[in-house]
Amino acid sequence: MKKIINMRRVAGAFAENKDIAKKLRIEKIMPALSKGDEIILDFDGVSGATQSFIHALISDPIRELKNVAFDNLAYKNANDDIREIISIVYRYMQESLDGNGES
Amino acid sequence: MRVHFSNQGNLRNFKSFVASLDLSHPEKLEISTHNKWVTVHPANLVVAAALAIQAGKKNTEIIGEVPETGRYLDRMGLYDLVKTASPFVYHRKEEAGRFVPIKIIKTAEDQSRFITDMIPLLHLSEKNTIVVKYIIGELVRNVLEHSFTENGAIVAAQYYKKTNRVSIGICDNGIGIWKSLNTFWHPKNDIDALKLALTPGITGTTRKEGGTAENAGAGLFFIKSIAKITRSYFVIYSGSAEYTLLKHDKRIKGSPRLYADPNRDPHSETNKVPSFQGTLVAVDISLDETHELNELLASIGEVYDKAIRERKREKYRKPRFI
Repeated sequence: MKKIINMRRVAGAFAENKDIAKKLRIEKIMPALSKGDEIILDFDGVSGATQSFIHALISDPIRELKNVAFDNLAYKNANDDIREIISIVYRYMQESLDGNGES
Repeated sequence: MRVHFSNQGNLRNFKSFVASLDLSHPEKLEISTHNKWVTVHPANLVVAAALAIQAGKKNTEIIGEVPETGRYLDRMGLYDLVKTASPFVYHRKEEAGRFVPIKIIKTAEDQSRFITDMIPLLHLSEKNTIVVKYIIGELVRNVLEHSFTENGAIVAAQYYKKTNRVSIGICDNGIGIWKSLNTFWHPKNDIDALKLALTPGITGTTRKEGGTAENAGAGLFFIKSIAKITRSYFVIYSGSAEYTLLKHDKRIKGSPRLYADPNRDPHSETNKVPSFQGTLVAVDISLDETHELNELLASIGEVYDKAIRERKREKYRKPRFI
């Protein structure tokens, strides 16, 4: 099943509230990915995000679900800033995985 | 306590401002100014505001002769936090400057409202607005999450047309950086704690690489790096320690090089200033030097990755050569 989350509606025009990111991760992203569903985070209308917001949103799915998260989590309409932040979080989470004996 | 606003209130001189603070007798605060001319950076202002909130309005006053330029203190809302009545009279609609007066942010919802409603007061281009929102978003969140203060984050900002820069100050009177990091990192002293806090991947919530689900230990490193790339000042003050990232020399061509280790950046530091219960972070962003945020983040992200990779490698088992 494919689920699209409208980030503008959930997090506003500038995504910085980590409480919202955490809630979304716990209540929507993790359960859906764990069931094998595909999640699409649609950033249409979101002008920017902080690194800590994106970290709170996706670091745990990457850490806990690894390939399931890489395969089933996708990002739509992310502008260059948001793409860069998501890419940074992807890189450092993967860098850190085997450093914690989790590979 | 005593705070003095001189005629040289900028981040380059922030150490002198801090050194002049008298933080004894926290139940009372006196604020004085230079008698002819006063210049105040948002950093100085939010420190004074944090101390005023700590002492309480009825125990805080502005003493001595305040020059005409002291009108700025009123415009930025400092008189609202003291028992002294403002000597300045003007119509609110006259103050169409590009500034964000002292604002206290206590919740994540306050923060979102502030970012939506207040940052536009600086009237910046969309590109620069995003950078300022990013910086304030990260720094205020740090306060709400790690400072354990009931008084919230105290924020002020100012756009300076002459130098085309935005200056931001964010302060709290919470537990301070040393205490925030002590559970997992045991910094030796306050300056050690500040430098740890500026190091990529160091968070007060874990020793694990990659951080926790909520914290990566990236925020302060990213902000300091934005300041460095835009050839601007960055200051952090907590406990008895103060660290100033010095402005990168404009005569040196090319983008300033980023380092994971704050000791490698051109900076001044001290561990002997009056001990402040809380944390101040301030930054100047030179808008002449501002790149697109994604370009800034790409450069910063590379250094961040490298730092995580190197630290991870330090944990690898080494071969036993006999």
